[in-house]
Amino acid sequence: MSNINPAIKRAKTLEYVFKVILGLAGVFIGLILPLAILIVLYKEASLAIDHFGVINFLTSTDWDPVREKFGGLVPLVGTLISTFLATLIAAPISMGIAIFLVELSPNKLKPIFSTSIELLAAIPSIIYGMWGFFVVAPLFGQKVEPWLQKNLGGVPIIGKLFEGSPTGVDVLTTSLVLSIMIIPFMSSVVKDAFNMVPPIMKESAYALGATKWEVIKQVMIPLTASGIAGGLILSVGRALGETMAVTFLAGNVNQIPHSLLDPFTTITVALANQFTEADTAVYLSSLYYIALILFFMSFIILYISKVMLLRIEKKWKV
Amino acid sequence: MDRNKLKRKIESYVFLTLSFLAAGFGLFFLFWILGDLLINGFKYINKDLFTQDPVPPGMEGGGLKHAFIGHIIITAIGTAIGTPIGILAGIYFAEYGRNSKFANFLRNIVDIMVSNPSIVIGAVVYAILIKPVGHFMGFAGGVALALLMIPVIVITTDEMMKLVPRETREAAYALGAQPWQVSFQVVLRAAKVGVLTGVILGVARISGETAPLLFTSFNNNFTTFDPTNPMASLTVTVFQYAMGPYEEWHKQAWAASFILTFAVLMASLIARYVIQRKKY
Repeated sequence: MSNINPAIKRAKTLEYVFKVILGLAGVFIGLILPLAILIVLYKEASLAIDHFGVINFLTSTDWDPVREKFGGLVPLVGTLISTFLATLIAAPISMGIAIFLVELSPNKLKPIFSTSIELLAAIPSIIYGMWGFFVVAPLFGQKVEPWLQKNLGGVPIIGKLFEGSPTGVDVLTTSLVLSIMIIPFMSSVVKDAFNMVPPIMKESAYALGATKWEVIKQVMIPLTASGIAGGLILSVGRALGETMAVTFLAGNVNQIPHSLLDPFTTITVALANQFTEADTAVYLSSLYYIALILFFMSFIILYISKVMLLRIEKKWKV
Repeated sequence: MDRNKLKRKIESYVFLTLSFLAAGFGLFFLFWILGDLLINGFKYINKDLFTQDPVPPGMEGGGLKHAFIGHIIITAIGTAIGTPIGILAGIYFAEYGRNSKFANFLRNIVDIMVSNPSIVIGAVVYAILIKPVGHFMGFAGGVALALLMIPVIVITTDEMMKLVPRETREAAYALGAQPWQVSFQVVLRAAKVGVLTGVILGVARISGETAPLLFTSFNNNFTTFDPTNPMASLTVTVFQYAMGPYEEWHKQAWAASFILTFAVLMASLIARYVIQRKKY
């Protein structure tokens, strides 16, 4: 073995070097980076974690830079409310769009329609924010919200949702703009899932006399359920971390909103507005604490979404 | 019997009409946003916007030269760091990690990192680069953007290299090529347009980002080419100007948004077009 050709030996070494470099790049982005994010956030947040604990921080509504008392409940609840409402608006519309793209649109126009919807995802988040701030907020503050108040304000329970002074910078406009931003993610995942359903499944239902809607409801949706769930959860994950659009529209008021017309704050809004102003170590550390909560939450949610999507891919992969 | 049939038909029409309306809803907002950008932004584009630094707030005139230059430099730094790492990792997943469970696990994590909140990356880069140095730097903004861009490039490179037929690889192996030679000299070359498209998608993704730049490259009011100093970017400037009280600022914010949006949309349209053609 010692008389092995040196050229081959060199080639083997070279191969080894390449393999290590490529592997390092893969491990860096797939393992080291997410771990590093987690460690850095934890380290920076540790001062606040020591100070306020976990349960205490998560249940406290304090956010007082002067007295150096911080709690994460208000931004956390704000994030959850805006994400929930945005998903509530986006989910049925995304389903409709996916059904339209797969079943209704003429074949020739399909690429144009689906690219147009996907372009909604390519528009930068700050553009949504600025547009929402200059266009949607005044429209809602002056026209839509007073109208809603007048017509729904008297209705029991629902009326409570429309209390307060309509300004346009509130939960309602934030959730609406946020929903437009996440629609393309869910609709494109659901569309891909629908496209994976073998035509023969649909054809056999049609042969039994099913209407188009019955085929969608009883064949396509049940068969792609985990894909739909994956798309839904992906859009939740997207909405959680959305920053700029929300920063323009939420109003940055540290309160748990009681009505759709109240200004509020979210984790991302608090970070974007206060990070560079945090003048004490505890203040900055508390911001890192909520960033850690955000990273943790969205990572778990996106992971669940990925598992759901892998399941449907496995099911239909030819 | 007939009534039942009628009911089912009506139900079908109702729901199909609803999904038609849903598609209209999406398109309506797309054209509403683009229309507003066109109407409000286009008329404020002039030569000064590109060639002048800002004047003191509240005064007429001035431009966003500092933000355009800063934006290009930060994006270029991000692309220069992100592209090689992204492509190398993409090659690893496509060529070396095909059947390995570990690589599959990593690939799923990368997929998750694509949707990771970008503001978190900004906060992490702040802790690593800005805190020790003590002041904001354009370079740190570039690093934050690179970290956001890498997952996008990895995923596209992986997908595009997988489209290269197995026979191509086998032919190269039969000629005695080493695996790295097959990856770099055969497969990467065959997939180069697709891989380049991934880079364009990555650039499109990062050039619209604001949140990770807020605490890294920050902002300033004059043109600088020095990435060790705070640097203005279009997105952060739009944020500052739109939130500010001056009419002149709002006009410039609209103009900058118009240019930014249409540049990003063009880039992603081109990338999408190339990828679609490759896939089918």
